[in-house]
Amino acid sequence: MRAPLSWLREYVDLPAGETGRDVAARLTDAGLEVETVEQLGEGLRGPLVVGEVLAIEELTDFKKPIRYCELDVGEANGTGERQRVICGATNFEVGDKIVAVLPGAVLPGGFEISARKTYGRVSEGMICSAAELGMGEDHSGIIVLPPEHAPGTDAVELLELVDEVLDIAVNPDRGYCLSMRGIARETAIAYGLPLRDPALIDAPTPNEHGYPVEVLDPKACDRFTARTVTGVRPEARSPLWLQRRLQKGGMRPVSLPVDITNYVMLELGAPLHAYDRHRLVGPITVRRAESGERMTTLEGVERTLHAEDLVIADASGPIGLAGVMGGAHSEVVDPVRDPETGEWHGSTEIVVEAAHFDAVTIARSARRHRMSSEASKRWERGVDPAAAAAAAQRTVDLLVLLAGARAEAGVTEVVTPGGPRTIRIGADHPDRVAGVAYGKDTVVRRLQQVGCDVYGQDELTVTVPSWRPDLTDPNDLAEEVIRLEGYGNLPATLPRVPEGRGLTERQRTHRRVGRALAGAGYVEALNYPFLAESVLDQLRLPGDDPCRRTVTLVNPLSDEEPALRPLLLPGLLAALRRNENRGSQSQGGLALFETGLVFRRTGTEPGIEPLSVNARPTEQAIAALDAALPEQPRHVAVVLSGDREPAGWWGRGRPADWADAVEAARTVAAEVGVALTVSQGRYGPWHPGRCARLTVGEELVGFAGELHPGVLKTLGLPARTSAMELDLDALTEAAAGPVRAPRVSGYPVATQDVALVVEESVPAAGVAEALRAGAGELLESVRLFDVFTGEQVGAGRKSLAYALRFRAPDRTLTAEEASAARDQAVAAAVGRTGAELRGA
Amino acid sequence: MSAPNKSYDPVEVEALKPENVDLARDEALTAVAAAADLEALRAVKIAHAGDRSPLALANREIGALPPQAKAEAGKRVGQARGAVKQALATRQQELEAERDERVLVEETVDVTLPADRAPAGARHPLTTLSERIEDVFVAMGYEVAEGPEAEAEWFNFDALNIHADHPARSPQDTFFVRAPGAVREHDGAAAATPAATAPDAGAPQPGSGSAAGDSGIVLRTHTSPVQIRSLLARELPVYVICPGRVFRTDELDATHTPVFTQVELLAVDEGLTMADLKGTLDHMVQSLFGPGMRTRLRPDHFPFTEPSAEMDMVCYVCHGDSVGNPERPCRTCSSEGWIELGGCGMVNPRVLVACGVDPERYSGFAFGFGIERMLMFRHNVEDMRDMVEGDVRFTRPFGMEI
Repeated sequence: MRAPLSWLREYVDLPAGETGRDVAARLTDAGLEVETVEQLGEGLRGPLVVGEVLAIEELTDFKKPIRYCELDVGEANGTGERQRVICGATNFEVGDKIVAVLPGAVLPGGFEISARKTYGRVSEGMICSAAELGMGEDHSGIIVLPPEHAPGTDAVELLELVDEVLDIAVNPDRGYCLSMRGIARETAIAYGLPLRDPALIDAPTPNEHGYPVEVLDPKACDRFTARTVTGVRPEARSPLWLQRRLQKGGMRPVSLPVDITNYVMLELGAPLHAYDRHRLVGPITVRRAESGERMTTLEGVERTLHAEDLVIADASGPIGLAGVMGGAHSEVVDPVRDPETGEWHGSTEIVVEAAHFDAVTIARSARRHRMSSEASKRWERGVDPAAAAAAAQRTVDLLVLLAGARAEAGVTEVVTPGGPRTIRIGADHPDRVAGVAYGKDTVVRRLQQVGCDVYGQDELTVTVPSWRPDLTDPNDLAEEVIRLEGYGNLPATLPRVPEGRGLTERQRTHRRVGRALAGAGYVEALNYPFLAESVLDQLRLPGDDPCRRTVTLVNPLSDEEPALRPLLLPGLLAALRRNENRGSQSQGGLALFETGLVFRRTGTEPGIEPLSVNARPTEQAIAALDAALPEQPRHVAVVLSGDREPAGWWGRGRPADWADAVEAARTVAAEVGVALTVSQGRYGPWHPGRCARLTVGEELVGFAGELHPGVLKTLGLPARTSAMELDLDALTEAAAGPVRAPRVSGYPVATQDVALVVEESVPAAGVAEALRAGAGELLESVRLFDVFTGEQVGAGRKSLAYALRFRAPDRTLTAEEASAARDQAVAAAVGRTGAELRGA
Repeated sequence: MSAPNKSYDPVEVEALKPENVDLARDEALTAVAAAADLEALRAVKIAHAGDRSPLALANREIGALPPQAKAEAGKRVGQARGAVKQALATRQQELEAERDERVLVEETVDVTLPADRAPAGARHPLTTLSERIEDVFVAMGYEVAEGPEAEAEWFNFDALNIHADHPARSPQDTFFVRAPGAVREHDGAAAATPAATAPDAGAPQPGSGSAAGDSGIVLRTHTSPVQIRSLLARELPVYVICPGRVFRTDELDATHTPVFTQVELLAVDEGLTMADLKGTLDHMVQSLFGPGMRTRLRPDHFPFTEPSAEMDMVCYVCHGDSVGNPERPCRTCSSEGWIELGGCGMVNPRVLVACGVDPERYSGFAFGFGIERMLMFRHNVEDMRDMVEGDVRFTRPFGMEI
């Protein structure tokens, strides 16, 4: 809402020196969001006067039409002689009144005017357009003034060019501030000054003689006032003051009847509509549209209506989409001058509609038809129903005053009475909400200032004003009191928070995992969860993979990426590629990690039933809501490419490989506190020979290893890129709890090395497991220190060299004991894996 | 005058003559002093202190002396040998020290060589900033609550007093999850929902609640649903902080991202007031930005709080000094003196009712703000895209904690 300060002063006697910024500061404190205070005519200096065009010489030697004009500017030029100026516009003729700026003047923006030679003539000033004077964006030509203004009249004052305009963003709960009346009310309260309420005007009592109206849906339209005027002079134009107020309010002057309805809307906040009575067919009805019914709105678009749309109709069909936009066929006609006779033609009889519509109905229609109008904007936020009669009267008055119209005696008013709305609150309720002792007197005074009637002592009965549909609950009233007393005056206290239990184990784990991976050289990337389902094909996921049960969006940002990630890898690989493309690889390798939620339909989700908000839902209802949601486990993933350890002056680098990815999984598992089992696997995007299947107990929790060369090629990623992804939630659930301290023996260690030859296909993890199982309690650790293949061990076989460390808790082991334990270990390996002891 | 066969005089033994002993000693000391390195010293030691050195040989002669002469000769030779031994030891130490010194010099390296053999990783600043904020409140006694990102509309909207017709519930603001089995093609939205069959109304219908996808599920637009879940799941009083990812249908640009991070706080207890909210906010900005920081509340409107406020904090760079001071403009706050943080207010009693909390007995306050914006002004990030793209050059400098 744009509120000119000059207009505001009409309703509130602000101190003379008060600037727009001063008022803005007060309104801001009271809770209005003043976005800017526009300084109109800043830097403007005359002489800027009304001129009359006496002669026009068309200059034809130039690419565009240029006119050399002689003007009468009265005594403004000091001589009373003709002022000669060059003008590039052609929308005027001899005899027209225009706005002339003379040498010595400064236009807004610091544009200094002097006599100068241009187009071969001396131009002593210029004829101004609206844009040049800061009156709007209209560049279509110069301003042609109504004929009644005398040459030489100061145009700065006439056009009210110097003003301040407060541009206010109005929150949805403050519809009344979409009017000068509402902003004036807030200003009056902020300054403690009386308000001259423009809606306090007398309107005649309704009678039977007005234009017939039938309201078929009184819930959606609880009030409809119709007034008729006749004898509207089509040639009547909007006076400058009216045009200027509309312009400052952000609206474009159109024609007098339309300008008047717009003016009253800005003034009182009540959207109105004007119909040409000659174009109405029979009585007006207010009803819901029939599904599929069509109408052409006044901007010329044919629309198909929805059964929920509220329409204003006559016998011919819909003539307006209620509260949103009028119909083309019944609107008042823009006056047109007959070039032959010079006569003006336009609407001469007008029916004025001032109604009150249901906010939700209008909001839905506006959204359904994607039409946001000045009217619908107000209806959606709530319009004062009690102002309808005043708005109609004000419109009639202005039509009489400015268009020479006569008001007909008939006054139609269809009203569905609604009782006054009252709220009961304790007189100390605002005090208790704020934590401030305002006292009852303050509370009552503030509520009365916003327009409430207040009765009672300790318990107040508050009747809220008709323009405040947002005031429904005790806390709404508390807010009114607190904001007017000033949010800035609230003290700062701290509540006594009961002792908390700190972070949960799960939350600590998430932090630990992040730190551990960052400590291992991985950089965290937080990726969007949106993806194209074709990515899952590129990752070679089987058709029946659980990841294929993607969750998709109705309205994705990009139609290309309608799905939510079932895995972190696609996003993380994209981030890897982005870094790669930006040359970060050249600094060594790239290692990224991410933890975050992934999304998968359960496949068994029930539909959601509507649930009340009037009471706590039952546990079953809550459980049903949760069951309807997709699975959203937290995953952790890493990707890495290039060198894991970079080359440098110290020597060669070590390329990242499958083992780093597996190690990352172990790092995570160690932080979570679970024993991860690694076995040979095959899955989707991973290299079939270099894929580790990761399990905890029997549960599959993820995969790690080098990615499939084909996948890497498809995705445009570097060769040998490796990756790991784990279900962090599954891991966390399996966490073993606090670490159990090992017994540390002080007795000497006995080390025994063994080399075992097995088939290539036998996993090393299995051999180590067998050694561990066979060695018994004396075993402290098993470590694989070499893997060897070659002729010595035979084709298709490999030699695994293990260091076994034995120690007893209570004695020094003898060589025999250590050897015996080793022999048992080897025997187990031989038995379980077919190993042969090398060199045996 | 001497006579032959006069009794044997030990003094006459050539090697033991004092001048000879002194000479041998002096030669030895000179040689020791002259030894330039440990190798030379070893040779000197053999020559002058070895078994066949003059003093060792002289020492052997002592045994043959008459008893009365032994003492004197022994003393003389012993002192000489002692001096040599001492000199050798001293020189040995000197030379060893020299050698050690030299080795260290020889081992000198160029310590300016780059030592980045293990490139550092880092956590994302949004993660660490979020944790830092959590820690401020955990220290006060709050607990951290979490919830799903794909959330039921009831939790995200209805329970928060956001009515079915609220503009936030339109596809212009909120991502709607498609119902399983709903039509998937581009005619989708309209065809899948009976409420939206109007030919002129291709857009999903707001106003019928979940009609847009008919699944009744959205990507949460704030972490407020976690507040609802906390009120339903926890014993009163409830003091929680709810960090997490949220989603709105904004296009990515320098100052907007459709996926962002929020931290919200909820306190519900007996007797909580707006003054408590103000004090809590002040405490937070002091903890995060230093002593002397404070907040300002401006009236605003949210469905889930009443009264509601917008919260600003004093600009922590200029502390307001840039206001009306064109000499010292502040880029962080655009010389406004205040930085907009987010929204807050007293929990709307309707929200308490939806969660089964008696609003006559309990009141609450809540606030929420975006971490991205805070990261921008706290760490001088100019473009939000940097937080989104996962470029390691952006993230690395933030390290492990923020």
